[in-house]
Amino acid sequence: MDKSLQWRILKDKLFVVFLFLFVVLTAVPLFLILYYIVSNGIAAINWDFLTQLPKPVGEVGGGVINAIVGTLILIVTATLIATPLGVLAGVYLSEYPKTKLARTAGLFVEILQGIPSIVIGIVAYVWLVEPIGNFSALSGSAALAIMMLPVIVRTTEETLKLIPNTLKEAALAMGTSHSRTIFRVIIPNSLSGIVTGISLALARIAGETAPLLFTAFGNPFINVNLLQPTHSLPLLIFNYATSPYEDWHRQGWGASLVLIVIILCFSVSSKIFIKRWTVQS
Amino acid sequence: MDSTILSTTGFNAFFSDNHVLKNIAINIPKNRIVAMMGPSGCGKTTFLRCINRMHELTPNAHSSGEMRLEGQDVYAMNSMMLRRRIGMVFQRPNPFPNMSISENVFAGYLLNGIKLPKPERHEIVETSLRKAALWDEVKDSLNKKGTFLSGGQQQRLCIARAIAMKPEMILLDEPTSALDPISTSKVEELVVELKANYTIVIVTHNMQQAARVSDMSAFFYLGELIEYDNTDQIFTNPKDRRTQNYITGRFG
Repeated sequence: MDKSLQWRILKDKLFVVFLFLFVVLTAVPLFLILYYIVSNGIAAINWDFLTQLPKPVGEVGGGVINAIVGTLILIVTATLIATPLGVLAGVYLSEYPKTKLARTAGLFVEILQGIPSIVIGIVAYVWLVEPIGNFSALSGSAALAIMMLPVIVRTTEETLKLIPNTLKEAALAMGTSHSRTIFRVIIPNSLSGIVTGISLALARIAGETAPLLFTAFGNPFINVNLLQPTHSLPLLIFNYATSPYEDWHRQGWGASLVLIVIILCFSVSSKIFIKRWTVQS
Repeated sequence: MDSTILSTTGFNAFFSDNHVLKNIAINIPKNRIVAMMGPSGCGKTTFLRCINRMHELTPNAHSSGEMRLEGQDVYAMNSMMLRRRIGMVFQRPNPFPNMSISENVFAGYLLNGIKLPKPERHEIVETSLRKAALWDEVKDSLNKKGTFLSGGQQQRLCIARAIAMKPEMILLDEPTSALDPISTSKVEELVVELKANYTIVIVTHNMQQAARVSDMSAFFYLGELIEYDNTDQIFTNPKDRRTQNYITGRFG
């Protein structure tokens, strides 16, 4: 075999090794983070931890049920607010891409994506907490929903743009109105992409602390009233981690693990949903 | 004398400033198959899309002149009601991927929000599939997704979907250009059978196809309707030199 060819084959192999190294380099820290949280958190987790309210400072034991319930309520409410708004805005952007409104909205969506979460928290404070008069789960959810919007709008828009035009024409040629074509043909056929967007957005906000500091605020008890202050896991982790108590540090690790498991549950269930609803064309 | 279902006089169509159909006058007789032929870009597909007003959905596209369906002005009608009376089958089969075979056949009703009792629904699905010569192949898998079918079967499913709406006319836009020869011959046979109940306008690149299936043929060239006559006449004794050149394969 001639020499240059051998060198090329060798270069090819080196390249693969190179790629492999970078994959390891990215995966190792991720794996270490997970390992660290699991190994520190698992010791804190027991039945009481998952079902009891926090004990007063100084007493050992107690749980984080108020934060678990609070986080679930915040995530679900935020998703319920952001999904219809985001999906419909995405539909508009993909259906009327050349209008002035679509271009402006597209720009705003991009800007929104770059706004720091703490700023969104302050805005939610001014818009909701002050008029209502107290901290509330609703204002926290609203702040989180604003953070979800850009992701949902963009993924909906991109997914809808991938739907072949012939499908739309097939519906229109049968005398279907534009709105019915969107709701009965275009959205059902892009459901898997839309759900992916929602679950991405959800994973992004589930761990947010900053926007909740002056909106949901925290609550030592279980609260299911949207107009009352609510605790959440990220907030609890922040408080516990910055406290001087050994037992709270331990519980903070446990809460981190619970939060990760909750996010994992949401992504796995959306994956299952996507698998069942993906449409082959 | 045949009765006319669709007639146009002085009909023009445009994409922005681009004049793609010039002064078209044509009478389409009822229960006949009319083939539209011509080289690419001659305007035949645009004309087809003007009949059910799909042309105007393209941004900046517009048209002028008169077109009448059973004496009624097509461009004065509600476009959605018009499209329910005129079925269309596209170049590539496009069944709805989120719907089963039977839902696809029934799609026109589902999408338009027309509710019918179950037995009536079954009846429509079965007769449409039988008319589209697809029933025997799919009767055991009506609940499977339409996209599992082969390309030829999908195209016949799309024809069944158009028939199910009980249209007066069916427009076929090169319905076999994405199909293999066997599927093509099945679709052609089907088109000839459908003539008994429907008026059919078929756009085709394939001259043999036009000769095989159609009663009347129209030859378009550069946006003009050059010649329109009985198919036998067009293929054996064309009056215009350009038609003759196209048919004998000198251009196109």
